[in-house]
Amino acid sequence: MRKPFTIRFLSAMPRSGWIAMAVFAAVTLVVMPALHLFAPADSAFYVSNYVITLGGKLMCYAIVAVAMDLIWGYAGILSLGHGVFFALGGYAFGMYLMREIGTDGSYHSTLPDFMVFLDWKELPWYWLGTDSIMWSLLLVLAVPALVAYVFGYFAFRSRIKGVYFSIITQALTFAAMLLFFRNETGFGGNNGFTDFKRILGYDITSPEMRATLFALSALALMLTLLLGRYLVTSKFGRILTAIRDAESRVMFIGYNPLHYKLFVWTLSAMLCAIAGALYVPQVGIINPGEMSPANSIEIAIWVAVGGRGTLIGPVIGAAIVNLAKSYFTVAFPEYWLFFLGALFVGVTLWLPQGVVGLWQRIRTARAA
Amino acid sequence: MKRILIPLLFWFCALPAVAALDPALIGQLAAEESDDKIAAIQQLGASADRDAVKVLKALANDELYVGGDRIFLMEDDKAVDAASGEAIEPAPESYESITINNRIRAELTNAIASLRLLNPDREVRLTAARELQTNAGMEMAPILAQALARETDPEIKKLLKLAHALANLGNAEADARLAAVEALADNATPNTRNLLLPLLDPKIEADERVRNAAKSSLRVIESRLAIGESIGQVFSGLSLGSILLLAALGLAITYGVMGVINMAHGELLMVGAYATYFMQGLFRTYLPGYLDWYVLAAIPAAFMAAALVGVVLERSVIRWLYGRPLETLLATWGLSLILIQAARVLFGAQNVEVANPAWMSGGVEPMAGLVLPWNRIVIIGFTLFVLGLVWVLMQKTRLGMFVRAVTQNRAMAGCVGVPTARIDTLAFGLGAGIAGLGGVALSQIANVGPDMGQGYIVDSFMVVVLGGVGQLAGAVWAALGLGVVTKFLEGWAGAVIAKIVVLVFIIVFIQKRPQGLFALKGRFVES
Repeated sequence: MRKPFTIRFLSAMPRSGWIAMAVFAAVTLVVMPALHLFAPADSAFYVSNYVITLGGKLMCYAIVAVAMDLIWGYAGILSLGHGVFFALGGYAFGMYLMREIGTDGSYHSTLPDFMVFLDWKELPWYWLGTDSIMWSLLLVLAVPALVAYVFGYFAFRSRIKGVYFSIITQALTFAAMLLFFRNETGFGGNNGFTDFKRILGYDITSPEMRATLFALSALALMLTLLLGRYLVTSKFGRILTAIRDAESRVMFIGYNPLHYKLFVWTLSAMLCAIAGALYVPQVGIINPGEMSPANSIEIAIWVAVGGRGTLIGPVIGAAIVNLAKSYFTVAFPEYWLFFLGALFVGVTLWLPQGVVGLWQRIRTARAA
Repeated sequence: MKRILIPLLFWFCALPAVAALDPALIGQLAAEESDDKIAAIQQLGASADRDAVKVLKALANDELYVGGDRIFLMEDDKAVDAASGEAIEPAPESYESITINNRIRAELTNAIASLRLLNPDREVRLTAARELQTNAGMEMAPILAQALARETDPEIKKLLKLAHALANLGNAEADARLAAVEALADNATPNTRNLLLPLLDPKIEADERVRNAAKSSLRVIESRLAIGESIGQVFSGLSLGSILLLAALGLAITYGVMGVINMAHGELLMVGAYATYFMQGLFRTYLPGYLDWYVLAAIPAAFMAAALVGVVLERSVIRWLYGRPLETLLATWGLSLILIQAARVLFGAQNVEVANPAWMSGGVEPMAGLVLPWNRIVIIGFTLFVLGLVWVLMQKTRLGMFVRAVTQNRAMAGCVGVPTARIDTLAFGLGAGIAGLGGVALSQIANVGPDMGQGYIVDSFMVVVLGGVGQLAGAVWAALGLGVVTKFLEGWAGAVIAKIVVLVFIIVFIQKRPQGLFALKGRFVES
């Protein structure tokens, strides 16, 4: 007999996992926002703007990393173009933020500043309706999903995989970057979107808004993890790993890998887009640089550092690499690329299972 | 009648001026009003006097001075009167140079050019005639007619005719305009086209005959321009294709043998380019007399440098990742980051300057408006040379045979005694070395900087995908085809759209022929 959904959902994670999740929820949804809002600025418990923003950014990166892990760790598809979906989500929500500026821009026009600058008289058709937050949120999900679905359909149907697929996704992100760099594309060219003022009429730089965005990012991360956990422990996830390990055999048994790959690929793109939409209001800018191939390939190293094929690994990896980046680019800017390069080489050579794998190895060694 | 009279008039004016220039005209050069100055300049320009060139040039260089009531220029630290050419003793105590604005400067250029047209030295006349091909104004028509009448050299005569026609476009006489428009049909340049286009408008050109002549001249010019443009596009496509080929050949070998994509391949191009830069520096310091030949010395140096880096990469990293192609992708990306940063630390973040040797600069002009630069021609030839070398190496040597054997079936090759591990290292070194050669070529046409190689990895991989793995012929056709198609698309829709179209095309292509254009015959089992 098939177990009810709630039971299956709850049993997807062991008890310790649920406890950890509850603790994380309490800290990020209650404690941190409360300390940011109510603790006096000079007290030791005060959570500063910097920490809240950095934390929010890290959680967005973590969502991307988990999305990447779903396709790379579990389905064996290495995408070097996930930055596109992240940026598309960011741009879609950025359109709303641009419209919400209203007439407060430097030209006091209802059009976004860059359009006034280009001497455009009206909004292009694809900007229609972006003044509504619901429509923008729909775009955040729909546009990347559509791009991913169409691209994935053609790529997976002809069984493009391995390095072929990776390089083609890199070409995809490169082409998208060039496209968004153009002023004529209608997304602000080089400078992208910035100078946001409000969300739903509330000031975007106010502590309340920062705390809300932080909490929303945390919530999105937790939901992503739960969804991922549920997927990989379900029958679907088992077929996915089977495709990763021996695609031809899975086909011989009678499954069509196309649908499985396509589903997880599109889902992963949508998760990235959500992360992008949460990221943009927190950092206050989105530009085509987010689509550069180097950014996308960095996502892969977050996952590799944390540990592929585990859901918590990518979260840890994203945090480690990005904290290291924040530290290095301030302390030794010349050495950051050396460090990052060495990380790519070192992790693939000596830590194929990432930090989580290392931890498990140490534990089994202790137990033995 | 006017046409004959004007030159005559000039002769008349020119004769007495041989001894000295008209002091009143020279005085007018220092006038307050720009218009007065310009009038004087035009008259001096029409005088065909060689001393006038000196004065006008001095004026153009801010070296014509007013001191007291005299106008003079400095020759060997001595003040010389501009009109009479006599030395002024003693030199005026206080003086200042005559100031000129941009309008006057333009007039000066024209006047000096027209004076040079009557110079006895052929080279001077030729350059002057060339300069007038784009900017001969109406006021130049008389002097051009005069020069044309006197000119005997056929080459200069042809140029002068065009310049004269150009100047005559603004003539008040419809007949003169008609002759000018008809003559301009021989001058197929975009500039002439732009000059003729307005003449189709009845509001600007009242005479119908001139309008019709302009129409037919335009038709001739347009068709010639279109031919020139297509040839130019095919040429730049071939040039792009040969660069792609140099970048992709090495990648095709390593990908064929080991099945891994070396993301640091573009950085091996960079190593080659910096080796060229280094050789240039060596020649500058130690063999300045042979500086023009540094490129030849750079070829083996770049090959060795890139091959060395490649062998080190293979031995230290890639070797340990066999059977894990995706991880190799990431590791080699890391290596490329390290190489880029190393180049930044060693040579600075800015682009370095690599100069074309004299024999590679300039170009040939097989037809008007179509210039084929020498450096690109040399690179196409160089690519052919490298291609021949690789072909011989792969088809005629023992190493090549082993490389092909490992590409086709690694396990079987190992069974019959091919030292596969050593072949891997050598093949990787060879591929890297060829990338280094690509770097030499690239240094001659593009900027040399730390991240110059980044853009090439995707393009060269496309070539490998399109051509099929382990196939020289496939790589050649794919590279040249991609190059030419890209250039045509660029001309038609812009660079970005071209990139996207090519990408979409390749994705569709892989659907139809996953093994590339030239698939190896035989059965292959994957995983």
